[in-house]
Amino acid sequence: MVAMETSENSLQSSRFFDLVAWLGRLAVSLIVPICTFLVMWRGFIFLRDGAAPKLVMALVAIIWGVGGVAILFVVSNWLVERLSVRWRSYLLPFVFVGPGLAILTWYLFLPTVRTLYYGFFNRTSTKFVGFNNFIFALTDKAMLESFRNNLLWLIVGTSLSVIFGLLIAILADRSKFEKIAKSLIFLPQAISFVGAGVIWRFIYYYRPPGEEQIGLLNAIVVALGGEPLAWLTLRPWNTFFLIAIMVWLQTGFAMIILSAALKGVPEELLEAARIDGATEIQIFFGIIIPYIQGTIITVSTTILIATLKIFDIVFVMTNGLYGTEVMASQQYKQMFKYQDFGRGSAVAIILLITVIPVMFYNLRQFREREAF
Amino acid sequence: MSKKRQKLISDILVNGSLLLLCLIWTLPSLGMLVSSFRPRDDVLTTGWWKIDWSQLTLKNYDQVFSGKEIADASMPGGVAKGEDMSQAFLNSLVVTVPSTIIPILIAAFAAYGFAWMKFPGRKVFFIMVVAMLAVPLQIALIPILRDYTKLDLNGTFLAIWLAHTGFGLPLATYLLYNYISALPRDILESAFIDGASHFTIFTRLILQLSIPALASFAILQFMWVWNDLLVALVFIGSRPEVAVLTQRLMDMTGSRGQDWHLLMAGAFVTMSVPLFIFFMLQRYFVRGILAGSVKG
Repeated sequence: MVAMETSENSLQSSRFFDLVAWLGRLAVSLIVPICTFLVMWRGFIFLRDGAAPKLVMALVAIIWGVGGVAILFVVSNWLVERLSVRWRSYLLPFVFVGPGLAILTWYLFLPTVRTLYYGFFNRTSTKFVGFNNFIFALTDKAMLESFRNNLLWLIVGTSLSVIFGLLIAILADRSKFEKIAKSLIFLPQAISFVGAGVIWRFIYYYRPPGEEQIGLLNAIVVALGGEPLAWLTLRPWNTFFLIAIMVWLQTGFAMIILSAALKGVPEELLEAARIDGATEIQIFFGIIIPYIQGTIITVSTTILIATLKIFDIVFVMTNGLYGTEVMASQQYKQMFKYQDFGRGSAVAIILLITVIPVMFYNLRQFREREAF
Repeated sequence: MSKKRQKLISDILVNGSLLLLCLIWTLPSLGMLVSSFRPRDDVLTTGWWKIDWSQLTLKNYDQVFSGKEIADASMPGGVAKGEDMSQAFLNSLVVTVPSTIIPILIAAFAAYGFAWMKFPGRKVFFIMVVAMLAVPLQIALIPILRDYTKLDLNGTFLAIWLAHTGFGLPLATYLLYNYISALPRDILESAFIDGASHFTIFTRLILQLSIPALASFAILQFMWVWNDLLVALVFIGSRPEVAVLTQRLMDMTGSRGQDWHLLMAGAFVTMSVPLFIFFMLQRYFVRGILAGSVKG
């Protein structure tokens, strides 16, 4: 009897301790995230209003940003590991993929839907306007011009980049100076579109006839006995001069990838063809091109997409004047210059529609490649 | 003999055309580099190819970092200092470093989750990641701008970090998933038997094994963010306290159209960091570019 009582007592007291422990754990589980949040918030306020020397601010900002994300993972993992096994195994995957999915949803998935929605409303998204924005986007004179230009960018820009890339890859493959040549061609890849714009403005620089030309292109023209030209205002050729900058930047990318593919063409195949008396040109079109076809398609698609979204070059070089507008610069103009979010959204949706084939291609590739 | 000659001719042809192409590709950058060392008057009066070696100077770089010298009689020495690029340089670093590390961290966690954990919706979510690879970021500008206006985030670094994270995340997750899911299964299984948690395995084991993939993506994303203009223009705005190098450089093309000497030095300053990475880490850089060619 006595023994039973004590055991009941101890049972009760152990229940009591359980409760305390549970409460304690709950408190800790709450306090830790709250403290984390407070520290992060203080950091945010400091960064927003702080007046420390700029180097200090820069360091604090970097530590705050990177550290904050790391702490987020540590704390949420810590919280989930406190749970029972069943809950833990259920929630832990979401600690891992949750933040990524949340950001993806906020920054890409929902915006797609929302932009489509805004496209049917007026400039401030307060009044439904039906298809008006899309009709504008598909019929307006400036828009049609930007479609035409974008098409030129896509066709001329992409094909020239790929052709030059392939040509240089093949030449380099047969040269002793392969490494240095490839480095030189590849170098512009490290340069921003804005930086490239500055460099090329200097190439295209124009001064009236009779004055000394400091732009390379006009200096050459004058030295050959011609009249200097204002390249960037010369419709419709100016678009091609802008495309040249793109080709200059992208050829290195095409070359690097195509060069890797070329090295994969088996030497025996080429030797056999040579013994059969095929000319180099026949070998090139009959063997090499078919062999690296897949790579050519990949490279072309990548450059196509980059070209489709081209913005910086036009924005820096001509600001879309003189008939050089493209879709992305039109969208920017609609958003910020005219403050018309309806039309800006419609243009963005058209951009999206043009990449849908690539989206499906990516998905198909992925599904073919593995049983997920 | 004739075969030898043929070989010689083809060698000359190959190397000659290669040399010509390299020359064309290098000339623009060379012009910029030379001009950035020439004094103002020289840049404005003669072409850069007529270099006067004795005139080359570092003064342009000095002005780019300490402010343009403007003639002003009221100031000591007769010159006033204009805005400089050092703030923009710092801003670019503050924007780029977290915008590179944050997406990598988040994507690595997600990639591990997709590769090694079972949960409902795994397949659907990953298909969403793949579908988002090619989506042009233009689609997100207006909605996100509105969210930021509501949250009062416009013009803050946090705003642009998150934006770059969002836009870089599909590619990062996709690349890292490909890598992490291909790691040998038995490494993980033996770690599990030893009682390690997912978190420990991830931080101690997976992150270290994935360093090549992480580095490749890091370089790709770093270059992308450092060279970006559009996202910075939309979400940061042009306040000098926050404006990045590409924005400063763009402003200079407008307001300093005649200051070619400063513009060229400024352009070279913005390129210095990517060029440094390019030369130091070319192997990773190329690998990253090869891997990233699925991106939209």
